[in-house]
Amino acid sequence: MNEHDHGHPPDQGGPMTHYQIMEEALRGLLIEKGVFTAEDVRREVEKMDARTPARGARVVARAWADPAYKERLLSDGTAACEELGLDMGQTYHLVAVENTAEVHNVIVCTLCSCYPRNLIGLPPDWYKSRAYRTRLVREPREVLKEFGLDLPGEVTIRVHDSTADMRYMVLPARPAGTEGMSEDELAALITRDCFIGVAVPRAEAVAS
Amino acid sequence: MSARFRPGDAVAVRRAPSLGHLRTPHYVKGKMGVVERVCGDFPNPEELAYARDGLPKRALYRVRFNQRHLWPDYGGTDEDTVDVEIYEHWLEPAEELPA
Repeated sequence: MNEHDHGHPPDQGGPMTHYQIMEEALRGLLIEKGVFTAEDVRREVEKMDARTPARGARVVARAWADPAYKERLLSDGTAACEELGLDMGQTYHLVAVENTAEVHNVIVCTLCSCYPRNLIGLPPDWYKSRAYRTRLVREPREVLKEFGLDLPGEVTIRVHDSTADMRYMVLPARPAGTEGMSEDELAALITRDCFIGVAVPRAEAVAS
Repeated sequence: MSARFRPGDAVAVRRAPSLGHLRTPHYVKGKMGVVERVCGDFPNPEELAYARDGLPKRALYRVRFNQRHLWPDYGGTDEDTVDVEIYEHWLEPAEELPA
């Protein structure tokens, strides 16, 4: 027996769901009809997998370091990302919403799962769940508490429901204790959940 | 672009059924809010969903709603809001926002 340090869940050899069958059938037909190739599909998946929150972290770190860039980001999110050399695909409408001491923003798509994929890649499963999509617009403070974010009443919560052509990212507030950090050091503080708004970046604990 | 509404305008969401592809969420129907920004003109997704071209383009707005107005028993603060993107054909001018 070979021993290694992770468990093995059972093989997913069960029956396919309706939509898994439909996807496989549709993909097979489109390949058969020459609309695209299997390699085209693989390459698109690879392109999306290569997009990660680290791309967005660069944008936020630049906005923290450069107030003029921040204003450009708030006025045209897509152009600001492209300015840093980030490919955003064709005709993407990214809106950055700014957290301040008085306002905290959080993003949802109640109708489906719209998310700033072209900047930071795929959303987590919980973001696509009915529970998140129904509860965030209705009881945002309770949902945020469940993510460990308990905001006082003096902070206004703004929920953004991506119902149409815009895609949203939260521009988190720069945490205290980050003075003098380089852009790379700042970028390392910003995680995926900060872009959704269920977390805020925190400076690493500084030994006194 | 000949957008009918401008930022700051009070608007009401038409209380009408969504036939087919849904883009105006039910929870804002019949509710009033303020235009937060004009997003631009886009093809109508209610037509695009049926492989039609969605033209002529429609003006899209972000409308800000007060949470207390949306949910009678809202548990947060009086200032909490939800911003929703809504197409012009779903909006009417509102006389004034409810207190």
